[in-house]
Amino acid sequence: MSEPLLRVERLSKYFPVRGGLFRRARGWLKAVDEVSFEVPRGHTFGLVGESGCGKSTLGRAILRLHEPTAGRVVLDGMDITALDPKALTAARRHMQIVFQDPYASLSPRRTVLQTLLEPMEVHRLGTPRSRRDKVVELLDIVGLGPEVLHRYPHEFSGGQRQRIGIARALTLEPKFIVADEAVSALDVSVQSQVLNLISRLQRELGISFLFISHDLAVVQHISHRVGVMYLGRLVEVAPAEDLYRDPRHPYTRALLSAVPVPEPGRRRRRIVLQGEVPSPLHPPSGCPFHTRCPEAEPECARIRPGLEPVHDGGAPHLVACLHR
Amino acid sequence: MTLSIQPDDTRSDPLLRVRDLTVAFDTDQGAVRAVDRVSFDLMPGETLGLVGESGCGKTVTSLALLGLIPSPPGRLLSGSIRLDGRELVGLPERDYRHLRGKAISMIFQEPMTALNPVLSIATQMTDVIVRHQGLSRRQARARAVEMLALVGIPSPEKRIDDYPHQMSGGMRQRVMIAMALSCEPKLLLADEPTTALDVTTQAQVLDEMARLQERFGTAMILVTHDLGVVAEVCRRAVVMYAGRVVEEGPVSCLFSRPRHPYTEGLLAAIPRIREEKLPELPTIPGSVPDLRHLPPGCRFADRCPRADARCREQEPELELRGDIAVACHHPNSHAECSR
Repeated sequence: MSEPLLRVERLSKYFPVRGGLFRRARGWLKAVDEVSFEVPRGHTFGLVGESGCGKSTLGRAILRLHEPTAGRVVLDGMDITALDPKALTAARRHMQIVFQDPYASLSPRRTVLQTLLEPMEVHRLGTPRSRRDKVVELLDIVGLGPEVLHRYPHEFSGGQRQRIGIARALTLEPKFIVADEAVSALDVSVQSQVLNLISRLQRELGISFLFISHDLAVVQHISHRVGVMYLGRLVEVAPAEDLYRDPRHPYTRALLSAVPVPEPGRRRRRIVLQGEVPSPLHPPSGCPFHTRCPEAEPECARIRPGLEPVHDGGAPHLVACLHR
Repeated sequence: MTLSIQPDDTRSDPLLRVRDLTVAFDTDQGAVRAVDRVSFDLMPGETLGLVGESGCGKTVTSLALLGLIPSPPGRLLSGSIRLDGRELVGLPERDYRHLRGKAISMIFQEPMTALNPVLSIATQMTDVIVRHQGLSRRQARARAVEMLALVGIPSPEKRIDDYPHQMSGGMRQRVMIAMALSCEPKLLLADEPTTALDVTTQAQVLDEMARLQERFGTAMILVTHDLGVVAEVCRRAVVMYAGRVVEEGPVSCLFSRPRHPYTEGLLAAIPRIREEKLPELPTIPGSVPDLRHLPPGCRFADRCPRADARCREQEPELELRGDIAVACHHPNSHAECSR
C-alpha cells in the first residue's frame, strides 16, 4: 500500500482545567486522547460522534489550530507537528478548513473577490492578474458566476456562502481539507447540492478530506472510511460500507439505531442508551463507554480496550471493545 | 377559497382549526407575507408535523397560533384560528396570556434561551403551576417534582433546585417538556424541540414526549425540518414552502407517495443511511424564492421539473385529492393510499 497522504499518530490534545488561587492547572480535560488513523490520497475519512466527543478538537489539532499535547501528524511525508511557526505558515497552504457557519467565517466587510484573493496574497502566489483569473475559475468550480465577485456575504443564501467558503479553501490548491460540520447548517435541498459538490471536487482534484459531522447519514454518503469517536477516543474505524452494515462497537450500534428514518411505520429496534455522556473531566475507568453500555461486564470497568482489527482481509475494521 | 381538509365526517370536531392564516412583516421594501393563506386542522390528541426548510413560514405559523407575532413589524393580516371552537384571532393580550401555558403550551429549540438563567428550575416551574392551576407553592413544588420524574430526570427532588446552566442540553429540554406539560395543556407546540440535541439524546427525548403525550392526551404540533423525526412521531404532516402549504396528509401516504414535486424532491434529497451508497444525492436545483419578489404563479415553479406556462402564471390552490391535499397543477397521480 502506498504512503497515505495523512497519518495521525497517537495524537492527543489536553486542555488544562484551571481553578482556585493563581488559576493553576488542577486537572486535564482529555479532549483528544491518543487518536491514530490514516487518510489515503483522494479519500475522505468521516469522523462521527456526539457533541463534546472531541471530533472538532481533533480536526483542529491536526491543522495545529490547537497545538497538540502529544503525538504526530504527518502530511505527505512532512511532520506537521515538528514545524516551526514560519514553516507551519508555509505548510498551511496544503491544508485548509471549511467551517460550519459560513456567515461567521467570512468577513462581512469584504467582497467575494477580496475574500478569495487574500490567501493567494498572503502566500505570494501568482500575479494580480493570474490571481483574479484563479478566483473566477474557482467560483465556476463551486457553481457561482463572475457576477458575484463584488458582492458581500450578507447578499448570499447559506448554501451560496458555503460554496464561497469552499472556494476559499480551494484557492491554495490544498492536498487536504478538514470540513467541520460543513453542511450541517444547510437546508436539506441545499445540503445535497453542497455534498455533491464536495464529492465532485474530490474526484476531480484528488483532494483528501477529513469530514467531521454529527450526521451519520451524511458521513456514510461522503466517506470512504469512518471513525466513531466517544469521549476523546476512536472506538471504531472501518470502511464506510462495513461500519454501516456491520457495526461492532455497542456505541456505534446505539448511535445508528437512534437516527430517525424518514420511512413511517419502519420502526427499528432503537437502542436507547441510559444516562448521559460522562464528563470528560472525569472519564470512567477502563472502557470509556462502559457506564452506558448495554453489554458491559465487570472487566470493562478495569481494562481499557485498544483498537484491534475484527477480521482479516480487505481494509481493516478496527474496534476498541473487549467483546467485539 | 374553500377547503375541505377533513374528508372524514365521522371524526370528532378538530381541536384546532386554522383557516387562511396570513401573517405579514413590514420591511423597507413593503410588506412580506411570511405565512400566506395557511389552513389545517388538528384533532384532539393528534400529532401534526409542520415541516419545511428555513424561511418556509413554519415557525411564524406556530408563533401566530400562540399570539406571539412581534408587532410591529409583524401583522396578522387575515384568517381564523379556532381552538376548541373559540376564535383566537383578535383575542385581547390579557386573555391570550391566560391561554398560554395552560391551554396551549410550547417548547422551543434552545431551552437555554427559553429558561431564565438566574432562577432555579423550582422557581420557574412552580410559578407556572401556581399561576395556572391555583395550587399553593408547596403543592406546586410537589407537582413540579412529579413532572420532572415523569420526563426521566434522575433524583428530581434534588435537581429541581438546580439552575439551567447546571444541566446538560438534554436535561434542559426535558425540563422544558415537564414545564410545558405541567398544566396539562390541550395543545403543545414544539418548535424544533430536539434539533439541538445529539441523536441518542434526541431518541430519549422523543420517546419521553410520545409517552407523556399519550398519558395526558395532549395534541401536538411538531415544527421541524427533520423529516425523519416527523416519520417517527407524527400521524399527519403539513409541508410548507415559501409561506404556503403545498401538501397535507397522513404521514404514511405523504412519505410513500408524495404528490407535490417539492415534497418528492425533499424526501429524495434527505441523506439517509442506505444499503447501497448512491453515486450522487438527488437535489432540488436552485434555492427558495425571495419572499419580497415572488413569482406570479406557483412559488416552486423555478425549481420544478414539471413546471409549464400555466404554473408560471397561475398559483395553484390547495385541493383535496384522495387523502392528501395538494397545491399543484401537475401532482403525482398516485393511487389512493390507505391509512
